[in-house]
Amino acid sequence: MHDILKMIARRLGFGLGTLLAVSIIIAGAVELLPGDLAQEILGQSATEENLAQFRKELGLDKPVYERYLTWLGGMVQGDFGKSLANQREISELMGVRLKNTLYLAAIAAVISVPLSLFLGILAALYRNGIYDRTVNVTTLSSISFPEFFVAYILIFVLSVHLDLLPSISNISEDLDAGERLRRAVLPALTLTLVVVAHMMRMTRAAIINLLASPYIEMARLKGLKPGRIITKHALPNALAPIINVVVLNLAYLIVGVVVVEVVFVYPGLGQLLVDSVSKRDIPVVQACCLVFAMTFILLNLLADVLSILSNPRLLHPR
Amino acid sequence: MSMTSLSGGAFSGQSSPWASRIAVAAVHFFLMVLFLQNTGADTWASIGGFLFIHLYSVLVLAYWSKMERTAAGDTLIVTLMLEYVVMVLLFWDDFRSWPWSTFFGLVMVQVVAFAAVTYWKELRQAPPTAWFGLIVIMLYIMIAATAPIIAPFGETEIVGSEYEEWGEEYLLGTDNLGRDMLTRIVYGARNTVGIAFVTTVLAFVIGGLCGLLAATMRGWTDEVMSRIVDILMAIPSLIFGLLLLTIFGTSVLSLIIVIALLDSTRVYRLARAVAMNVVVMEFVEAARLRGEGLWWIIRHEILPNIMPPLVAEFGLRFCFVFLFISALSFLGLGIQPPTADWGSMVRDNATLITFGEPTPLIPAGAIALLTVGVNFVVDWFLHKASGLKE
Repeated sequence: MHDILKMIARRLGFGLGTLLAVSIIIAGAVELLPGDLAQEILGQSATEENLAQFRKELGLDKPVYERYLTWLGGMVQGDFGKSLANQREISELMGVRLKNTLYLAAIAAVISVPLSLFLGILAALYRNGIYDRTVNVTTLSSISFPEFFVAYILIFVLSVHLDLLPSISNISEDLDAGERLRRAVLPALTLTLVVVAHMMRMTRAAIINLLASPYIEMARLKGLKPGRIITKHALPNALAPIINVVVLNLAYLIVGVVVVEVVFVYPGLGQLLVDSVSKRDIPVVQACCLVFAMTFILLNLLADVLSILSNPRLLHPR
Repeated sequence: MSMTSLSGGAFSGQSSPWASRIAVAAVHFFLMVLFLQNTGADTWASIGGFLFIHLYSVLVLAYWSKMERTAAGDTLIVTLMLEYVVMVLLFWDDFRSWPWSTFFGLVMVQVVAFAAVTYWKELRQAPPTAWFGLIVIMLYIMIAATAPIIAPFGETEIVGSEYEEWGEEYLLGTDNLGRDMLTRIVYGARNTVGIAFVTTVLAFVIGGLCGLLAATMRGWTDEVMSRIVDILMAIPSLIFGLLLLTIFGTSVLSLIIVIALLDSTRVYRLARAVAMNVVVMEFVEAARLRGEGLWWIIRHEILPNIMPPLVAEFGLRFCFVFLFISALSFLGLGIQPPTADWGSMVRDNATLITFGEPTPLIPAGAIALLTVGVNFVVDWFLHKASGLKE
């Protein structure tokens, strides 16, 4: 067990280092602005005094490293600073939206993970058959669809023509749970369609990769049924890559919501990010980017750790 | 595979005497004049005619004069270039409505037809999905290339009232500003696909070069570049792209550079990984001991051996960049109006969907169709390159 702990500790250390480096990049990106932030926001016509006043307010008169440290310190304590567009606290803007985004990602994950595992195992079982080929072509196509295409097709069919679900999912705190779910189904379905293809292809590939190994042949020769071979013998060993791809897709679910949220006018973090980018509200953009990047890195780290933990060779060292 | 024939170009074909080249070019020229004089302004006939002429000359060059294929291609492009100049001089009045991009389009058509002829043997064995993909790609190239000829109106011309129905005059109706939908879609093929293509090429030049250098030089160059790429790749690219575009603004140039840089990290990874496998081989060692330079080793020993995975990656990268740019445009942060672009067309006309009109689905579908096509072709190519038989 000792080795595993050491490996995990190393991964964690590396992850933390990456996080720090990413925060430096996000904070440092602003330095690339021609002129500086104050000049950019107040415009060319601003007087020297206004500029100086503004710089003082934002702490732009301090040296770079000091500014970075205060910014990072604020972030760690949950103080993200103020929005330039409406002077509101960024943490206040982001709180509810982050919850909404996580809610949406959770629904999509609950639908897509079991579904894609099931479909993937089925495809591995009946490989090269009609079912497998159909699934192969469908998933290959759906991977290459832009998210908004999937989203609008769903709206067109399910909400405009069949009138089953609302096309705009403006959920808020005061809705009851059922209505909230009903409004979030369509965006969640879109996300599901986008990630299922990838996850099930990987599941299929991971299992098929193993089918050539001697111990599977042994199982086949002693007369086990194909279904049993795959679920009892191949699946446990294929678990590491499958878990990896599942966690990576969860990361995608949280980060990739941006476009889907815009389509459905869903009040999540992605929507906030896009709005702030078009308003060039740089502090909000930075804060959103940091949160997204952090989620992404942490989930990647989790994928790493889980794939170490699910490797039988590491769990039972000789 | 000989890389020298590429640089040798039009003047190194051994099996084709100059006389046959000139003969073919003359026939080619004659047909073009004949045909332009007769068809006048009928655009569809002229496209068909051009296609026919080019297919004819490619076929003739490849089979009848038994020319080396790169040399034949170069010859045709040079001929076309000269031809165009002569044509412009001869038919000045007609040519003012045929912009330079049309000529570029003709060259593209030429190249496509040429590729089809040379790879015909392999194409015949391609599965139906690959055929579908190839036909889609060809169709897109042709539409993008000949956009000014096909499109019924100007790119940003306001021709009617807003949101007109589908009909005789406006085949797919008009958009939110009263511009013809069909025209916008045709021009969108050129803008969206063109920008995505340029971006991918740039990403490959940067990423591929750095990856090859890292693999060949090893040591601290490799170490430093790999760590930088690791960190850049830890940030999700859409998020990073949005951050950078906030700072640099959303012009086409900054769009291309930002996305190319973000994507070059992925290319770097692959190029470095595949090049690493080749660098350790004996023949590279031999070349080193022979005293060949770094550039020579990369170009003659490594690059030819890692072409198949890089070509496949180019296809996949293109899809990714294409979807990325479309998503940005859809969010209103990519290609800016009034340039016609599929992503922003979907965004601008999205309200139509809630009225039960499928029009905005067409540009979105156009994006999807191309990525599907490219994916199918790449799938087939990878299958073929890996030598798998099942």
